[in-house]
Amino acid sequence: MEQSERIASFPHMGNYHVVVKALIKRILNMKVMTPPPITKRTIELGAKHSPEAVCVPFKYNLGNYIESLEKGADILFQAGGGCRFGYYGEVQEQILRDLGYEFEFLSFDASAGSSIIQIYKAFKNLNPEITISKFMQSFLLTMKMLKCMDEVEEYIRKNIGFEAQKGSFEKMQKSFLNELEKVKSLREIKEIHRKYKEKFEKIEIVKPDKPIRVGIVGELYVLMEPFSNYFIEKELAAYGMEVHRFITASHLLTKRKKHNERLAKEASKYIKYHIGADGTETVEKSKMLAEEKFDGLIHVKPFGCMPEVNAMPMLQRISSDYKIPVLYFSFDSQTSETGIKTRLEAFHDMLTMKRGEKK
Amino acid sequence: MKIGIPRGFLYFKYKYFWETFLKELDCEIVLSPMTNKAILKEGIDNSIDESCLSAKVYMGHVKWLVGKCDYILMPRIDSFGKCDKVCTKFNAMYDIVRNTYEGVELLDYNIDCVKGCTEFKAFMRMGKLLKKSKMQTYRAYKRAKEVNKEKKTKIAEEQEKLVQESDSLKILIVAHPYNIYDKLIGEPIVKYVEKLDVLPIYADVTSTKKTRIKYKELSSSLYWTYNKELIGAIEHYKNKVDGIMFVTAFPCGPDSMVNEICLRRIKNIPMINIVLDELQGEAGLHTRIESFIDIIREKKKVVKK
Repeated sequence: MEQSERIASFPHMGNYHVVVKALIKRILNMKVMTPPPITKRTIELGAKHSPEAVCVPFKYNLGNYIESLEKGADILFQAGGGCRFGYYGEVQEQILRDLGYEFEFLSFDASAGSSIIQIYKAFKNLNPEITISKFMQSFLLTMKMLKCMDEVEEYIRKNIGFEAQKGSFEKMQKSFLNELEKVKSLREIKEIHRKYKEKFEKIEIVKPDKPIRVGIVGELYVLMEPFSNYFIEKELAAYGMEVHRFITASHLLTKRKKHNERLAKEASKYIKYHIGADGTETVEKSKMLAEEKFDGLIHVKPFGCMPEVNAMPMLQRISSDYKIPVLYFSFDSQTSETGIKTRLEAFHDMLTMKRGEKK
Repeated sequence: MKIGIPRGFLYFKYKYFWETFLKELDCEIVLSPMTNKAILKEGIDNSIDESCLSAKVYMGHVKWLVGKCDYILMPRIDSFGKCDKVCTKFNAMYDIVRNTYEGVELLDYNIDCVKGCTEFKAFMRMGKLLKKSKMQTYRAYKRAKEVNKEKKTKIAEEQEKLVQESDSLKILIVAHPYNIYDKLIGEPIVKYVEKLDVLPIYADVTSTKKTRIKYKELSSSLYWTYNKELIGAIEHYKNKVDGIMFVTAFPCGPDSMVNEICLRRIKNIPMINIVLDELQGEAGLHTRIESFIDIIREKKKVVKK
């Protein structure tokens, strides 16, 4: 098949499709399809064909793949690493083949030793015209895009709950993402970043002196894909709380220079060893947030997530040592939205009352 | 010095190794009893709900040992090599126990070959903690290795012989040793299978030298060492057994995906996937196993005709 006729696709995670699409397009010189937005059908499809006890990001990814394949995609990408995530690719490919789809599947697993050179080689196979300098350049550009996006979104997270006019942040965010998608050079990214920083800061907000601050920690997928966590951040903001979260794509790819052993050292009161995937960072960040006197913590994970379940006994200790309330959520393909709303409301009420007591 | 060993998780894999090592160092061993309902209940009460059944059982055993010995042996394993990892439960068990039972005295050793912490180094360090001389520790380690190898080879050979000689129906049981040899989790299943006049063949006792290469025929990107050994055994035995039984604890992370791959890729041999949880009702389980065996027997009759 002609290279230009092929269509590449990848699973969703938050708004990152903007960046991933740009990267693949730039490197592979082929059509890239962002999978249809996640809906109830996506997760139903995914859950139907997944092993029963697998964690929920697997089910979302599979749903995305099926919906992309239905629309004509024929090259699929998957990443991997850490706990079960490293094995996603092989199982998903097998399931999709058993369903009768024809496609090429490219999986890069960091823990199995997929280095940047290997990624380059795999891409070179698909697009022989690419050179290493162009590849590195695109990669760099992507990292900058991620950083820009994460910084802007962090500002949004902290302030969206206090906007004077409902919806002004979301509207601005949409136009920001639209423009970001089209950037071609580092300079343009810088410009957009500056421009939108100003624009966002101009949006009128009514913030109390000391708003209730909650930190949100846990497993990366359900943290970053709002559909999978039932838009928990939006919900929190609606109660007028300031939401802090550290795990972003750029954090995972660049800022986490500290190795897990060093993270463990910083939380040595609770852990001696690295406890698997993001578990160590969850403990370390929770301790840090508790020390910074946050009002509460929210821990999110897919049901049965091994590293995050490992982190829970430590979180319980932190909670009692620092007297900080922690709300635990486990997400699966069938979590009830009402239940989550009720628990969040109760959590908010409790934090507000706790503040009152202190005074 | 009294060292406690919880009868759960890696005990079933390393029992000869640990026991010889500690005995050679003149330590007294306190082994927790076979899993019973009380131990399981204690484990469930002291675990996060979503932990796997095997981890809950383990926590129960640790609790039983608290106060009955000076130290409790607690391995921490991360990797045996670049693509040789273990479930993250084994990364974290030490810290989970420490945070759950405050003030408990643990004797830990850490294996993380990617970062240079080999098994040898880990055991030498353990000897130092027990205030034994380097020479004595070294000898104990060597001796433990020998005994372990001897015993394992013997068991593997015995099974190999049994497979060749026996005419009864043979079922390959693919399960982690800590599940299938556990008195409460796996043993009832094995007993029931034997009652139906079927010979159980254990995937985990196959020589690891054979299985560690063969797993690749089933799955190329697999990186869990213990699962590699298990599915390597499938490749080794698949022409010699009449059926395969996967036994896994809910919600085991690695098994949830590896068993799926096996069920999808292995053809022409009957398979059953049994997932066990703490609420397991016996009757339902018996019916499933019985009908599985019946189907195999009927199928064999038809083929013979």
